[in-house]
Amino acid sequence: MSSHDHVDGHLPHEPEKATLQARNNILGFWLFLGAETVLFGTLFSAFLALRHNIGDGPSANEIFQLPMVFAATMILLTSSLTSVFAVQALHQHKKKAMVGWLIVTIVLGLSFLGLEIYEFFEYVHEGHKFTTSAFSSSFYTLVGFHGAHVAFGVVWISMIIGQIFKKGLTVVTAPKVYISAIYWHFIDVVWVFIFTVVYLMGKVG
Amino acid sequence: MDWLTTVDHKKIGILYMIAGGFFFLIGGLEAIIIRVQLMKPMNDVVAGDTFNELITMHGTTMIFLAAMPLLFALMNAVIPLQIGARDVAFPFLNSLGFWTFFFGGLLLNLSWFAGTVPDAGWTSYVPLAGPTFNSGHGVDYYVIGLQIAGIGTLLGGINFMATIINMRAPGLTFMRLPMFTWSIFITSALIVFAFPVLTVGLVAIMFDRLFQANFFEVANGGSGVLWEHIFWVFGHPEVYILILPAFGIISEVVSTFSRKRLFGYSSMVFATVLIAFLGFMVWAHHMFTTGLGPVANGLFSIATMLIAVPTGVKIFNWLFTLWGGSIRFTTANLFGIGFIPTFVMGGVTGVMLASAPADFQYHDSYFVVAHFHYVIVGGLVFGIFAGLHYWWPKMFGRMLNETIGKITFWTFFIGFHLTFFVQHFLGLLGMPRRVYTYLGGQGYDDMNMISTVGAFLMGVGTIAFLLNVFITWAKPRNATNDPWEDGRSLEWTIPSPPPEYNFQQTPLVRGYDAWWKEKMEGKTAMTPAEPIGSIHMPSPSILPLIMSIGLFIAGFGFMYDHLLVAGGGLVITFGCMVIRSLFDDHGYHIEPEDQEKGVKA
Repeated sequence: MSSHDHVDGHLPHEPEKATLQARNNILGFWLFLGAETVLFGTLFSAFLALRHNIGDGPSANEIFQLPMVFAATMILLTSSLTSVFAVQALHQHKKKAMVGWLIVTIVLGLSFLGLEIYEFFEYVHEGHKFTTSAFSSSFYTLVGFHGAHVAFGVVWISMIIGQIFKKGLTVVTAPKVYISAIYWHFIDVVWVFIFTVVYLMGKVG
Repeated sequence: MDWLTTVDHKKIGILYMIAGGFFFLIGGLEAIIIRVQLMKPMNDVVAGDTFNELITMHGTTMIFLAAMPLLFALMNAVIPLQIGARDVAFPFLNSLGFWTFFFGGLLLNLSWFAGTVPDAGWTSYVPLAGPTFNSGHGVDYYVIGLQIAGIGTLLGGINFMATIINMRAPGLTFMRLPMFTWSIFITSALIVFAFPVLTVGLVAIMFDRLFQANFFEVANGGSGVLWEHIFWVFGHPEVYILILPAFGIISEVVSTFSRKRLFGYSSMVFATVLIAFLGFMVWAHHMFTTGLGPVANGLFSIATMLIAVPTGVKIFNWLFTLWGGSIRFTTANLFGIGFIPTFVMGGVTGVMLASAPADFQYHDSYFVVAHFHYVIVGGLVFGIFAGLHYWWPKMFGRMLNETIGKITFWTFFIGFHLTFFVQHFLGLLGMPRRVYTYLGGQGYDDMNMISTVGAFLMGVGTIAFLLNVFITWAKPRNATNDPWEDGRSLEWTIPSPPPEYNFQQTPLVRGYDAWWKEKMEGKTAMTPAEPIGSIHMPSPSILPLIMSIGLFIAGFGFMYDHLLVAGGGLVITFGCMVIRSLFDDHGYHIEPEDQEKGVKA
């Protein structure tokens, strides 16, 4: 089945799965997320092994500000919801609503990033630098990797919006929206683990 | 130019073969120099420092830049053909995977010219590899070169999993897959779940070295044992990433040249899955002497020994396949049959090493060196040679010369056992690994000389193979669709070499050993599953090459602290990603009238 079997306006019910290439892309992306899971799993393990080795630097309990982290968490969780709305709009072939929800998702992602950058500045100010201790190195690496994933997602989804404007909603662009939504959920799930393992456990354990 | 932009899996397979073969020669040359240095006591061919660099680069090159790419060569050349597909799931990523591997390997080997070579062993243990004890750029080459090459491996793993799941011909159910395809499927899963661990390890050590992080800096709370865990959680599955494809090749070769169905097919499949699963559970058997305690040592000891069970199942299935078959001793099959006892010997010493108390004696001695060379050379390299001789006519349309092939086999086989068999005893006598020389009169002298002679004999075998390739090149293409006449799977139903679209019509598979089944019913071709029609092909692209060059430049930038260069390299790579994303590749179509002309790959 080639990409020009369907023309704009005659989209199938689930346009993101209409072609073999699209189904390959979705499957390949799930496999990629499998690899990403291992990647973050290893980063978590390294953090857990080193989190008490604070050297001369501050401990987790001293620096973490739960209210702000909680706000960031809420923002990111909401952005997952808005990306679901975008995929629902995709299934109903409502291009404008879909783009709208994608933009909301990006804005929420950017706010999350803003809070994270502010948070990092605060910590460095309090002597919690990347090079301070094994704890600080593994903290910034784990949380920073997640932040880089969020930033990548923001750029990626923006470019997909550009393509939607240029080419419309087709069997070529629909899978891209769908896949980017899966990605967005993934980084959201990773954040839930970071919130629990890094911040909550840092406060109590 | 055609070769720089190709996204055709058959051509990418050939590229992998050339590049992997090239690195195999470099790694082999390093091995020869190591053996020359150890030929006699108190030898001074190379200095101690150089020796450290040689063993590091030999191990790293052979595993990451020779063995794996040669396996990727066979995967690319064979898998889509065996499952009746026109290409892999992601042809563009396939090309990108090759180029990142190539430039990663190139970066690593440029360290020889930069005069600062990795010298912390292929395991790159900290603190030896950390900035405190290793302040030159050597280990940086290791870290960044492997990181770039690792991208390619991961892409390959994802690609082949998706290909095998989604693109099988109609009727080709999972329990009808040829054994080589099965083994590559499982290997790809291992790659997807093991390589990201290495990625994190390399990132962590890179941060330590370049940005003064403290993952492994003990003075600031870092942990050396953490590196060992990370490295071996990747490193042990890596052993199975290497050996499972060899198992798959041997299964095909032994069955074809015994003219028999593979004995115990379903038990072979389950044994493969079980080995892969257990492969993830045993990493700490590399760390018995680290001091994890008797409980951990005991558990990992038992888990390791368990792997012998499914492996034994495989060995007996090969023997039963041979049993009563009308065996043809082609070069491919000689390597196949030679593989079986050799690998058993490697397995037996593996069980010995798995016993934690005994391991305290064998640890870091030549016994370990002998063991893993029996597994990796006697297993994997024999498997690769078997596969190359077996599929050569399919890849190039020419039969390799059998006489030279047999010379290759016997020199390599005898040379191999000469080299490594005596090393078991050297190890038991107490000769440590990784030392650049030894005193005479300790009972090491004669055996080291034998070992070195054997290494040269293996070199002769390799040269014979190269000679065979060049002689074959000069001959006309004469291979038929099914040159061994006993082919069993789908790749033997199409011309050698295949046209660029592989199958003019997707075949309909009606059972295990699809082509054999049709032949037994007197048919001369597969039943097609679709009418003749226009075939959609992906267009070639230069972007993968440019993206990899971008990473290559960025690697140098980071290493030598030129952030501008590093940024520039990354801009090239990400720029290519943007271009790829904005301009869709619609590919092109080959119409039926052009298909009749038989477009050659």
